[in-house]
Amino acid sequence: MAKRVGMEVSVAVAETAKLANVDVVAAYPITPQTHIVEHLAELVADGELDAEYIPVESEHSAMSACLGASAVGARTFTATAGQGLELMHEVLYIASSMRLPVVMTVVNRALSAPLSVWGDHSDAMAVRDTGWIQIFVENGQEAVDNVICAFRFAEDRRVLLPVMIHLDGFHLSHMIEPLFLPEPSKVDQFIPPYEYPLPLNPEKPVAMGDFGPPIIYSEAKWAQEVNLRAAKKVIIQCWKEFGKLFHRHYSPVESYHSEDAAVLLLTMGSFSETAAMAIDKMRTEGKSVGQVKLRLWRPFPFEEFRKAVKNAEVLVVLDRALSFGGPGGPVCSEIRSALYAQEKKPKVVSFVGGLGGRDITMAGFEEIICKGIEVAQKGSTREFEIFGVRE
Amino acid sequence: MPKSEGELTWKDLEIGAIVTEPGNASQYKTGDWRSQKPVHDFDRCIKCGLCQIFCPEGCIEQNPDGYFDANLYYCKGCGICARECWTKVITMVEEE
Repeated sequence: MAKRVGMEVSVAVAETAKLANVDVVAAYPITPQTHIVEHLAELVADGELDAEYIPVESEHSAMSACLGASAVGARTFTATAGQGLELMHEVLYIASSMRLPVVMTVVNRALSAPLSVWGDHSDAMAVRDTGWIQIFVENGQEAVDNVICAFRFAEDRRVLLPVMIHLDGFHLSHMIEPLFLPEPSKVDQFIPPYEYPLPLNPEKPVAMGDFGPPIIYSEAKWAQEVNLRAAKKVIIQCWKEFGKLFHRHYSPVESYHSEDAAVLLLTMGSFSETAAMAIDKMRTEGKSVGQVKLRLWRPFPFEEFRKAVKNAEVLVVLDRALSFGGPGGPVCSEIRSALYAQEKKPKVVSFVGGLGGRDITMAGFEEIICKGIEVAQKGSTREFEIFGVRE
Repeated sequence: MPKSEGELTWKDLEIGAIVTEPGNASQYKTGDWRSQKPVHDFDRCIKCGLCQIFCPEGCIEQNPDGYFDANLYYCKGCGICARECWTKVITMVEEE
């Protein structure tokens, strides 16, 4: 049985990458980085992890080095945050298009300006369409477990796609939490060795990321889309097997007291825990409220999501990012389009909150739910509201 | 007979559209980019090979008689050979 330890979540993520026996870590160690790559550097320097640690000159280079490593068949890991993720942007598309199963934890932080290193989902939403599998975790344990799962399904022959594990800046990354680090032997049993089917190898040359003229580009993109959508089945299967071995269970969408609730609150990431406490309190007061937590962001779990909200009358969506000049929070606008063609659907209300590290307390979530119900009943002239903004 | 590019479906592509056959760029037809083609008057040709040196596409080769001729499968019709030729062998004419 694994022992429960108190550990900073960033350090735990680094320890997990060690448990997964990564071969290469490429990272740029400057703000906004975290202790994830700092601790990995220590593990490699101290000889506790037999891996190549490549300190590069920028995040753009970090991801580029990861591509090269993954392409020769090395198990590859990196971590980034906020501005760093944005600097990687163009290389992210190349990783997914070339089907290289790099695993990356993203510590979600707000984007400048004004300068902020605090948490929100602006960075994550800006890389929404990069073709990576993306998972939002709620706490340190989920981060650890999903990094392990990520290696397994990323490297699965049916998937071969890069994975981002999103964990909230500070609220998770810098917290010391009680968590179970899985036993090394069980991790070895769970993650088979990585073998890329068409690696860069001088004995049998291949060309990656080659020229794709108009006559073939659409077919290449459709292949990528079909592949990413099909990955959902493998991810779910992987989570099931993880549950059998480690007794912690994950699903694309997690419902919390949602079956009989008239009003649902949708959250992602670490805010889900505080929101769940607000739901508990409101339910003891006899209110018909529940919660839906969206864990798998890409590929979007349409089926599971529609099933989770089908009986609700009101669905309040909380985004931690803005889509400037757009239809509301970026998650909410996807929720709306996922429901648009459904005959029976809840009224959807969009809130944006927790920007740049601003906390939302239990009382805050209660207020969001109550305001959401009011907007659903009376309507609003606004596309969305920023919760708690001083106007 | 392998499928031509226009017949390939997404299922025919390797993962990540990886190219597994070295040197297959030679199958890529760049000749259909052309709006003008070079026409040669080999009576004027001194076989100096300057056109071959200047051709940015590398599509000029010597024919069995030793004259330098353009491979129209690749020739993009840029006209550099016509401009550089000492003895005015090459005239660029509109494609029909």
